Amino acid sequence: MTKNISTGGMSRRTVLKGSAALAGLAGTGFASSFPAPAVHAQEAVTLRYLGTAVNQSADIARKAKEDIGVTIEYIPVETDEVAKRVITQPNSFDLLDSEYFSLPKLLPSGNLQGMDAGKIKYAGQIATVFTKGEVEGKKIGDQGTAPKKVFYLEGQFSKKFSAEPTEWITLIPTTYNADTLGIRPDLIKRPIESWAELVNPEFKGKAAILNIPSIGIMDAAMVVEALGKYKYPDKGNMTKEEIDLTTDFLKEAKKAGQFRAFWSDFNESVNLMASGEVVIQSMWSPAVTAVRSKGIPCTYQPLKEGYRGWASGFGLPKTLEGRKLDAAYEFINWFLSGWAGAYLNRQGYYSAVLSTAKENMEPYEWAYWMEGKPAEKDIHAPDGTLLEKAGTVRDGGSYEDRMGAIACWNSVMDENTYMIRKWNEFIAA
Amino acid sequence: MLRDAALSAEAIPGETARDRPRAGAMASRRAGALAPYWQAAPMALVFLLFFVLPLLVTLIVSFWNYTEYSIEPAFTLDNYREVFDGCLADLPGLCTTFKTYLSTLKFCLIVWASTLLIGFTVAYFLAFHVRTMTMQIVLFLLCTIPFWTSNVIRMISWIPLLGRNGLINQALVGTGLAGSPQEWLLYSDFSVVLAFVHLYTLFMVVPIFNSMMRIDRALVEAAYDSGASGWQTLWNVVIPLSKPGIAIGSIFVITIVMGDFVTIGVMGGQQIASIGKIINVQVNYLQFPIAAANAVVLLVLVLLIIWALTRMIDIRKEL
Repeated sequence: MTKNISTGGMSRRTVLKGSAALAGLAGTGFASSFPAPAVHAQEAVTLRYLGTAVNQSADIARKAKEDIGVTIEYIPVETDEVAKRVITQPNSFDLLDSEYFSLPKLLPSGNLQGMDAGKIKYAGQIATVFTKGEVEGKKIGDQGTAPKKVFYLEGQFSKKFSAEPTEWITLIPTTYNADTLGIRPDLIKRPIESWAELVNPEFKGKAAILNIPSIGIMDAAMVVEALGKYKYPDKGNMTKEEIDLTTDFLKEAKKAGQFRAFWSDFNESVNLMASGEVVIQSMWSPAVTAVRSKGIPCTYQPLKEGYRGWASGFGLPKTLEGRKLDAAYEFINWFLSGWAGAYLNRQGYYSAVLSTAKENMEPYEWAYWMEGKPAEKDIHAPDGTLLEKAGTVRDGGSYEDRMGAIACWNSVMDENTYMIRKWNEFIAA
Repeated sequence: MLRDAALSAEAIPGETARDRPRAGAMASRRAGALAPYWQAAPMALVFLLFFVLPLLVTLIVSFWNYTEYSIEPAFTLDNYREVFDGCLADLPGLCTTFKTYLSTLKFCLIVWASTLLIGFTVAYFLAFHVRTMTMQIVLFLLCTIPFWTSNVIRMISWIPLLGRNGLINQALVGTGLAGSPQEWLLYSDFSVVLAFVHLYTLFMVVPIFNSMMRIDRALVEAAYDSGASGWQTLWNVVIPLSKPGIAIGSIFVITIVMGDFVTIGVMGGQQIASIGKIINVQVNYLQFPIAAANAVVLLVLVLLIIWALTRMIDIRKEL
């Protein structure tokens, strides 16, 4: 089992997975004493799951094996590498977990197939963020590659997105969230309310930004807008002049010594923050949790200009067929049926079908994570570590408050090549 | 390893020379003439498959066109034009490419000088001041201990030491030597050079030590007997005879530093540009042709440096 669910990746990760799987085995002795006819009737199917390590939990693979008998074999790679693999090695995986913003460059390669909504049991209940670009009936920001723009295809093997709902879905959402700045409240000692604070001279030499060009430039654009320097028609799709303006702004800040470092990997951002090298930076939600679990105060600060949203989802390679295709649908249906959703919600992400996740969470957990209410009891991560003491409120509040305040989405610009050149210029400045 | 390769390359003609008189019949003479080629074949094949071929592909792709999701065969110089975009127009200001190469060359020079000085000293001590072979081996192994752990870990270990709240700053502020934490210790040119020197000095030590061990001790004695001072012996006997080691060590260090982007990234807080990082970003965004063009330019530059080095020292002859 350990062998099945963990191949490749760093050794530490493999060890962790292995021990998690062992712990899982010990805990599920009861369940495994039942015969599992479906598993014995035919040879078990293995799905090679390509995605980033962040989304690949050993617990989910174990539970899926238990519930539906499908073996998940993770292929953990970095965000950019996911896209590269889809385009250059489309036969090296059976199930794709990709960010929506990669779709405009993945789809024209013709290496993916649309997912038949009719076979997805909960297709009708997928969060409206994806299907309509709404939260609780309210329109949210759609600058950049908003999922609703790339959610439907014109046909199963079409290379064109459909603005109107069709029966062919590009990606079935796995996780999504709203990103903002992370801060060290103990070192800043005053309220932070705007993206503009990232370049406040008060934090000279103590700020950081991420060195993933397509995301970093949007964070910079949020700052430019917050300072009132320029209002972008679409931060997620800048013109050359707008890219120049944004990178010039960044170069200036860099020359003034504003930034301590740039980061491109989750752990780097955790280290920068935990060590106190940086007190304010663009950050990802689980990284904030990681800093906090070290006993160091860190806030995922809601800002008045709103959040930068991201979302990832399951896609199918074009060549997938037969039993593997059936197994993929089965796994996705299982994924949406609640257990996995609850698991992800407890990690601070949001899940695709909220109603099923709710059924799998304790009412006090739901109230804390999704409704923004003070925790009635201590809040624990899925692995049992204590995340928050009773009484705390989630940064940014409820699902509606956070997802509803999204201003723009991770994206790939039309002028991507130019943007990357300018970004390299900024790094060299 | 490089030394072995060079040696075996030299060994081939030597061996045939010895073989020839022994070969009697015409047939065996012909087989004898082919022997060196067969002997060289495995290495040549490995080189062809894993070095020449990928290099050719890189060269070819550097002339191709690309889009967000595909690369298309073509013959265009656009990628090279892009690499040097604005380089002439911006003069006397520097374009990104020139700026990056200048910064990389600067690191190269500082790191080369530092590793050479330290590496030469360590090798000299090991070769001339440590008398017994056992002790030499023990001390030599000591030098390699840091290499028992991964590159990245050796780099990252500097961060808690040099950071704003790191050990050194705590000591400085605690003892009153500095009023506030010294920020230049980390994520700066200094920390990059420090990590490079830490990581790559051994690459200097090994070949120089190897060269020094081959120096006939009688030569050193003769120099002393002829009345040369210690410095004169060092300058006129030891250094000239260590030249091949110095050259090989220099090639190691220079090629590694020129292509590195991980060390510069981690220790420079990703704020310092490197050609490697530019290529890495371009590959990540599937811009293979322009990444290939950058790689070709880098390769040409490194080859030029090595060519210049071998002009100064004929490594093959010296070995």
